Amino acid sequence: MKSAVVLLPGLNRDRDMIAALTKIGGQAPATVWQTDTEIPDVDLIVIPGGFSYGDYLRCGAIAARMPVMRAVAEKAAKGVMVMGVCNGFQILLEAGLLPGALMRNASLNFVCREVKLEVANANTAFTRGYTPGQIIRCPVAHHDGNFFADAETLARIEGESQVVFRYADGTNPNGSLNDIAGVISDGGNVLGLMPHPENLIEAAHGGTDGRALFEGLLGKAA
Amino acid sequence: MTIRNDIPITDDLIASHGLKPDEYQRILDLIGREPTFTELGIFSAMWNEHCSYKSSRKWLRTLPTSGPRVIQGPGENAGVVDIGDGQAVVFKMESHNHPSYIEPYQGAATGMGGILRDVFTMGARPIAAMNALRFGEPDHPKTRHLVSGVVAGVGGYGNSFGVPTVGGEVQFDARYNGNCLVNAFAAGLADTDAIFYSKASGVGLPVVYLGAKTGRDGVGGATMASAEFDESIEEKRPTVQVGDPFTEKCLLEACLELMASGAVIAIQDMGAAGLTCSAVEMGAKGDLGIRLDLDRVPVREQHMSAYEMMLSESQERMLMVLRPEQEEEAEAIFRKWGLDFAIVGETTDDLRFRVFHQGEEVANLPIKELGDEAPEYDRPWVEPKAPAPLGPVPQVDVADALLKLLGSPDLSSRRWVWEQYDTLIQGNSLQIPGGDAGVARVEGHETKALAFSSDVNPRYCEADAYEGGKQAVAECWRNLTATGALPLAATDNLNFGNPERPEIMGQLVHAIKGIGEACRALDFPIVSGNVSLYNETSGQGILPTPTIGGVGLIDDWSKMARIGFAAADEIVVLIGPKGAWGWHLGQSALLREVFGRSEGAPPPVDLAHEKRAGDYVRQLIRDGVATAAHDLSDGGLAVALAEMAMASGIGATVDTWGADEAAAFFGEDQGRYLVTVSRENFGKLHGDPALAVSQIGTTGGSSLKLGNARAISVEELKAAHEGWFPAYMGQ
Repeated sequence: MKSAVVLLPGLNRDRDMIAALTKIGGQAPATVWQTDTEIPDVDLIVIPGGFSYGDYLRCGAIAARMPVMRAVAEKAAKGVMVMGVCNGFQILLEAGLLPGALMRNASLNFVCREVKLEVANANTAFTRGYTPGQIIRCPVAHHDGNFFADAETLARIEGESQVVFRYADGTNPNGSLNDIAGVISDGGNVLGLMPHPENLIEAAHGGTDGRALFEGLLGKAA
Repeated sequence: MTIRNDIPITDDLIASHGLKPDEYQRILDLIGREPTFTELGIFSAMWNEHCSYKSSRKWLRTLPTSGPRVIQGPGENAGVVDIGDGQAVVFKMESHNHPSYIEPYQGAATGMGGILRDVFTMGARPIAAMNALRFGEPDHPKTRHLVSGVVAGVGGYGNSFGVPTVGGEVQFDARYNGNCLVNAFAAGLADTDAIFYSKASGVGLPVVYLGAKTGRDGVGGATMASAEFDESIEEKRPTVQVGDPFTEKCLLEACLELMASGAVIAIQDMGAAGLTCSAVEMGAKGDLGIRLDLDRVPVREQHMSAYEMMLSESQERMLMVLRPEQEEEAEAIFRKWGLDFAIVGETTDDLRFRVFHQGEEVANLPIKELGDEAPEYDRPWVEPKAPAPLGPVPQVDVADALLKLLGSPDLSSRRWVWEQYDTLIQGNSLQIPGGDAGVARVEGHETKALAFSSDVNPRYCEADAYEGGKQAVAECWRNLTATGALPLAATDNLNFGNPERPEIMGQLVHAIKGIGEACRALDFPIVSGNVSLYNETSGQGILPTPTIGGVGLIDDWSKMARIGFAAADEIVVLIGPKGAWGWHLGQSALLREVFGRSEGAPPPVDLAHEKRAGDYVRQLIRDGVATAAHDLSDGGLAVALAEMAMASGIGATVDTWGADEAAAFFGEDQGRYLVTVSRENFGKLHGDPALAVSQIGTTGGSSLKLGNARAISVEELKAAHEGWFPAYMGQ
């Protein structure tokens, strides 16, 4: 399976994501730059975390308007899988590829800690490596991860099982509505999540709960 | 407003530039005429305490700075130490105290920016950061504001830049009420054959300006950092710079890309006194002159004068000397990252620093003398006063005292702080804050890791600067050792009051002597550092605070030790000097927190014992015999045991030793470690006749039971330990 990672100035978990895709998938992903208007023929496009353009406007707002994001949207429309993590999630929301918004954390502080996640929907291309309702460990590191949607949108995404990950066991670190940590598009091929599964994939990370996501995605599931 | 270059030089103007009359006379003697206004600014920038170390240089020279692994000692942007396999760790610690007190968010943020630049200027990708923070007493009206701003600033910059914070310190004391301390440490990894230096070589080569544009921010910042504060401090706010971590991240990537292309001959970041210091340094080190044309400097404000451009401390800027044939390639890399790239001058063979602006020569100075002939003082100093002897210390309820210490401002959990820092980015963090040392895996290597720790006990230094200096080095070395790392080298950040006062100068001299002696005894050379003097407000100096940042090497991180108890039913072993478990209560946390007293000598450091005990513990860890390890420091045995229990959720039962439980459990005697071993391996604790290796208890259960005191559940310990900081910050 081929993958590509979107590189934008200010992203800083790109190396972590490339390492995870390479270690688990067995081959390094292609990379695409902010000004690229075409994305190579891949099965998965990943937008990693960081602070694209410094997050000096609303998080992800500048990135969503760069040429490369038009190319991402075209690929998504054709059914290519797209995953945005942290800033990548914020960018997908700003690009209109996912429903909802991410506000400043309720504490108003940046937060980096390990949380528990419930796999609320294991029936997706991204989460098939997990069992329904499985509780996993996963780190978060963000300033703006407080998921919000209006009542109608919230009812719709809950009703359509578009909520894929939820903060579990009282570990919601940011005030997200319904403990939402990750959502998927109605087409089922675009996923955005705040936590960082790429930072929990090997013994050195103190756990491997993030691995199943990549294994499921990359077709490496045991 | 524009500051012109033809402002007449008056005594007041000289004084307002922080130059003493004899220093001005030296300028006159050196150049044989009255300096221009811009030249006066350049001299004040180069000759202030911050850039010239004029009060401390004589003493800094006495520190050990070399060793078999040292590739570069002090004098460059950062120290460089060989870690084998063709790789080096590049690191330094630097203060941003004065700016952080005036504007805590931006002061701390730009402190991070500066230290990160120091590291990647040398060709290293930053892999770890630490911050040693010291604030006034918690009840002081400014303290909360400073804590909140400094922590947010450190996080705001470091998180966006993308470096994990793996360690640090936070302490409170009334003596920092008027001067907080923000000491930022950064370390990076580089290949030993691709280290970059500031020394220029070759005549007629382009001097290139890279990064962000120049504005009026920070004009005179280095001079401010070398002055005492008084009530007019609010007026100094415009001299604090504003950080832009996004530009710095782009600058990092662009610099590393450019270095890999082979185009860079010399590189120097623009820190204090920006363009002035960086250009002079590159020329003076390379025995070359530098000619700058300020009309080519990218600016973001209109009508800037030569004076302002030469003294601007705008952030995220670099100066380089490039191979002319690769100019185009270099420019393309910087344009790709959206950064400015401008050829602003050239190297010359006349050893002059010549600056042109709008067709006029605004400075023409001898470049070597600007840097090398800065004044150096042998300031008078007096022997520090001996502390008052320790009075009798009453016995305490050990359980109550332990809970009180764990919930005190200085010993409580710093989770509220470090959870605002990204501790995990880069995916190599093996130990995050909360243990003895932060540990980061060496990317691309199967088993190697680096350990980092930052330490000093300013109360010890106040009572006895010499022993305190020794202790800071020993504790840092111990913290690294307790992970199983071999300590390699250190950086020192010496924060003191006004050196023109002989008693302050005496503290500085004694602390440096103590640091030097400890570094020599422990094979722990100082490879970089920074001195921050004049940390005084209205005549009240800070506690002497020589912060030591150390780096250690772990050959195989799968054998690394952590502080948490590994399992129940293991044997708890105290390793230390022969004799009592502990007896030294002078300057202890117990004395301060429980009795509100601060007398007595600090615990003496026996360096031969430190070496022996450390080498013994490291070997136990490397042999896989020690299942957990922790050094003993503030709060002594009781606090160390509690920390091991809290980190694991496993309790322990520990015997009692003698009648003096206060001293046994809370004494801060040095050179001690706790390790745990399984029952099967207990026999493998080979005896070292010079050390006391004592079985003092066993792990297990969910409470900590110390001697005759009541058992305390680990949950209760955690509640006390975790509660203080969030409650204090109102969260």
